Amino acid sequence: MRSIFDSHQNLLLNMKWLIDLFSSSLGRKVVMALTGLFIILFLTVHLIGNLQLLKDDGGEAFNVYAYFMTHNPLIKTISYVNYAFFVFHIVWAIMLTRKNRSARGAEGYAITNTSTIWSARNMGILGTVILVFLVIHMRQFWGEMHFGTVPFKTYGAQEVKDLYTICADAFKNWWYVALYSISMVAIAFHLWHGFASAFQTLGINHSKYNPVINFVGKVFSIVVPALFALIPIVMFTL
Amino acid sequence: MKIKLKVWRQKGPNAKGEFKTYNVDHASPDMSFLEMIDVLNGELIRKGEEAIAFDHDCREGICGMCSLYINGHPHGPLQTTTCQLHMRTFKDGETITVEPWRAQAFPVIKDLVVDRSAFDRIQQAGGYVNVNTGGVPDANEIPIPKKIADEAFDAATCIGCGACVAACKNASAMLFVSAKISQFALLPQGQVERKERAEKMVAQMDAEGFGSCTNTYACEAECPKGIKVANIARMNREYLGAMLTSYEVGSGGGGE
Amino acid sequence: MNLDSKIPEGPLAEKWTKHKFNLKLVNPANKRKYEVIVVGTGLAGASAAASLGELGYNVKAFCFQDSPRRAHSIAAQGGINAAKNYQNDGDSIYRLFYDTIKGGDYRAREGNVYRLAESSVSIIDQCVAQGVPFAREYGGLLANRSFGGAQVSRTFYARGQTGQQLLLGAYGALNRQIANGKVKMYSRTEMLDVVIVDGKARGIITRDLLTGKIESHSAHAVLLCTGGYGNVFYLSTNAKGSNVTAAWRAHKRGAFFGNPCFTQIHPTCIPVSGDHQSKLTLMSESLRNDGRVWVPKKPMPGLKGADAMKVPEADRDYFLERKYPSFGNLVPRDVASRNAKIVCDEGRGVGSGLAVFLDFTDAIKRDGEATIRAKYGNLFDMYAQITGDNPYKGPMMIYPAVHYTMGGLWVDYNLMTNVPGLYALGEANFSDHGANRLGASALMQGLADGYFVIPYTVGDYLANIGWADKVSTDHPAFKEAIQQSIDRMNKLINIKGKKTVDEFHRQLGLTMWEYCGMSRSEQGLKKAKQIIQDIKKEFWTNVNVLGTANELNQELEKANRVADFIELGELMVDDALDRKESCGGHFREESQTPEGEALRKDDEYAYVAAWEYKGENQPEQLHKEELKFENVKLTQRSYK
Repeated sequence: MRSIFDSHQNLLLNMKWLIDLFSSSLGRKVVMALTGLFIILFLTVHLIGNLQLLKDDGGEAFNVYAYFMTHNPLIKTISYVNYAFFVFHIVWAIMLTRKNRSARGAEGYAITNTSTIWSARNMGILGTVILVFLVIHMRQFWGEMHFGTVPFKTYGAQEVKDLYTICADAFKNWWYVALYSISMVAIAFHLWHGFASAFQTLGINHSKYNPVINFVGKVFSIVVPALFALIPIVMFTL
Repeated sequence: MKIKLKVWRQKGPNAKGEFKTYNVDHASPDMSFLEMIDVLNGELIRKGEEAIAFDHDCREGICGMCSLYINGHPHGPLQTTTCQLHMRTFKDGETITVEPWRAQAFPVIKDLVVDRSAFDRIQQAGGYVNVNTGGVPDANEIPIPKKIADEAFDAATCIGCGACVAACKNASAMLFVSAKISQFALLPQGQVERKERAEKMVAQMDAEGFGSCTNTYACEAECPKGIKVANIARMNREYLGAMLTSYEVGSGGGGE
Repeated sequence: MNLDSKIPEGPLAEKWTKHKFNLKLVNPANKRKYEVIVVGTGLAGASAAASLGELGYNVKAFCFQDSPRRAHSIAAQGGINAAKNYQNDGDSIYRLFYDTIKGGDYRAREGNVYRLAESSVSIIDQCVAQGVPFAREYGGLLANRSFGGAQVSRTFYARGQTGQQLLLGAYGALNRQIANGKVKMYSRTEMLDVVIVDGKARGIITRDLLTGKIESHSAHAVLLCTGGYGNVFYLSTNAKGSNVTAAWRAHKRGAFFGNPCFTQIHPTCIPVSGDHQSKLTLMSESLRNDGRVWVPKKPMPGLKGADAMKVPEADRDYFLERKYPSFGNLVPRDVASRNAKIVCDEGRGVGSGLAVFLDFTDAIKRDGEATIRAKYGNLFDMYAQITGDNPYKGPMMIYPAVHYTMGGLWVDYNLMTNVPGLYALGEANFSDHGANRLGASALMQGLADGYFVIPYTVGDYLANIGWADKVSTDHPAFKEAIQQSIDRMNKLINIKGKKTVDEFHRQLGLTMWEYCGMSRSEQGLKKAKQIIQDIKKEFWTNVNVLGTANELNQELEKANRVADFIELGELMVDDALDRKESCGGHFREESQTPEGEALRKDDEYAYVAAWEYKGENQPEQLHKEELKFENVKLTQRSYK
């Protein structure tokens, strides 16, 4: 009879292919693509929420939305997945970059002339800019919302945290609005390459669908960051 | 025409290399780039200086032996092999910088000669159909749609020169590997070993130390044979499908 | 010495089947006790090494390139013949055999050629099974085309890269055996010598081109699959590295050299552009299906491009159509080449003077530019890239260039040279193309030899000698051969003369082209012999090879090869002098019909000339293998 220990070992052995898959050169890219696409979805939802800030109702819509996002069990679960995917996206990006650097070798070229687009070559730099923004951004709003002292507001019977005021205050700082806008530009460039690139990595490259993917990718990478940036700019000028 | 050449000279695999500048005063626009180096080498030998070592063989753009990173492009500014690049592409008096392919997996052997045996090892890992000589069915037994045969040919036309690796900022060999995987993924003859092939070739590619594709498509832009990045997408599909569904439980491919 | 071709008795169609039955077999369990060396990894070498590895022999394979995939078979464009009769146009094994014998101007063995035609059918099956992407019809079946003036469509092709696809197929098969551990591959390794002990080939001496290390390898049999020697002309369509060294060293160790003067000159190459020219580029002769060859009726020096379009029809001489009304522009390669030379010698050459026009104006008018582009687009692009001229805006210019050598090491029906245990396959042997090779037959021969002949015949030899009959590399013969190779390398390095290797090579090439090229005469050949002897003398006293022998030294590699080309050149001249007839690629000015066509002399020269090396600076001895024709009637070729 096999012991439990044996079967555990078998389980590990059985999972080796999975570890191999995600540590292979192709698998790493798949992690980037899948997490990237998920984050793209998240951005869409996030944007819809943010747009509530512009509603002229003293922040009610936005605050209700923020309450919903932090209390609905399904959304909460998804949000943890989302955090994890951010972490994966970042950690795998670091691993990829290190591996790719070493693959290039110690001696570089004296001259390079490339016909490739800038954002494709600089995803790491763009990602780093976005990461810096993310830290500040999380600290400012997410951190406040979860751990900070946020005043309450009552809508009908429900008492919710007044995140709207925090936002409105933050968006009165010209430097924060500037940082926010610049970061949105970085995100736009990141998406400009990343959106279509994710499909290529997942093997979705077909002459019938490529034009659609490329078109949607370009539109998304301009419209979504532009709308994100629009909100603080509008609120700053109000 | 007159040309100033900045060439990477390196005595051996472990020696330190450096750029040396040479003047070629009697280049003709009709010369191929390699013939221009031939002429320079003749002059160097007469002056008692060792000739510049570089790989070349067929000089008609098909063997894939010639390399050279010229003015920031593998095989120079045109989308051809270096042997098919002619001096009329350059301006009189131009300075041309010539470097070897650079990649961890392509170590420099001497001057402009690099070791590309990693490519052979990747092919040995599964770039073939396991059939013995003799005992095969009649050639017309399996019809293949013309479109499919043509697409397989487009992939099979890769000459294994390594320009894709040289062009890629990550020194990724994925265009090269995907070309072979694609050829057999498309053809009926390749179906039997389709999954193992994708797993093994990718695993060997990783073991050789090539980087990952980050979809900049520099490879496609520089490939002298016009191999398409659609092949890389197909390889991604093949590999992912293989890893998720093959019967092999032990490590199939990839990882380090 | 009696040259025994070992052609089996019996009816032509049964010879090979019967012979295969009579060959001894090696017990499967014993195969792993045998070692076989394969030098060269082109179509013949890669297919042989792979097939022998599959059978269970231990194979060591060698190539001088950085990868076996780079062998020059890769550059073959047109296609590969096979008597499949898929087109229902009357092809058969016998017809392919007949066309090949006739195309070779009756200077090949019936038995060998029939076997080649027989094997052609299996080659296509094998390649398709390997995943070679041949051209297909819309219905999914294989496409064929008529090639090189053949009356039937029997040529299989993969766009203009048939050689590449076939070689990559064989390379795959080879890789599979490397991965299985049955073939050990030595790339960037050049063979310098063959070692013979007790009259049998026992191994080879090699040089590691990266470190310069001279090493010995022993085996039960040695297969030379090292290609042709067209580079003796310096300018040819061969790869820069293609060389005769392996075959020549075998020759100097006793293997006879067959028909060395039989050289194929291909008519549709891009003309030479200047002194710097390092090689010539062939364009598929399929171009002659639609292009018309012409020169002006009166000399018009420097004529080219758009100016040529302005020459009125009445002032043009479509010389092939004029002289050969029934075949026109599709006459065989040797005829097309020689006639181009004749009009250029008359001063009517165009461009640099050494070129004729290949004009597609009429074809474009007839079929439209789109059709012509679809058919020949890649060739037109190649032409534009190399010459800088737009072939859609003016006629292309072409000139003949050395392309293939029918001659090579003499082999019997088993592909074994007269040295037991030493074999020659593919272009390296002399066997199947007679005095002239038909288009799309080189690929066929290389693969037939490697896949379908040698696996049987080498087994017979190995079974006969037994696995114990092997000599170790400690044997004095190996030590001596190693020392000789080292001495030779050092000698080349220590001459420290004034001239580069290329200068000698160019000089040799010009001499060969002038006197032993498309047209040969006794007077010219004798002059050439003297010049070559002078070149040899000067080479060994005045060549300049820098660097050392213990590193990657490309000049040393070249010097080592050119030294052999010089010696081979002299033998080619001797052979051409001996053959006072015109046949195939060999045109002797003394032997022509009143209209200036080649005149064969079957009564005197229906033999294979097999030359035996007799020592340094000694005249070589000629052995004659009479050719017997039991099935075909010898006729003079006529394309009028």
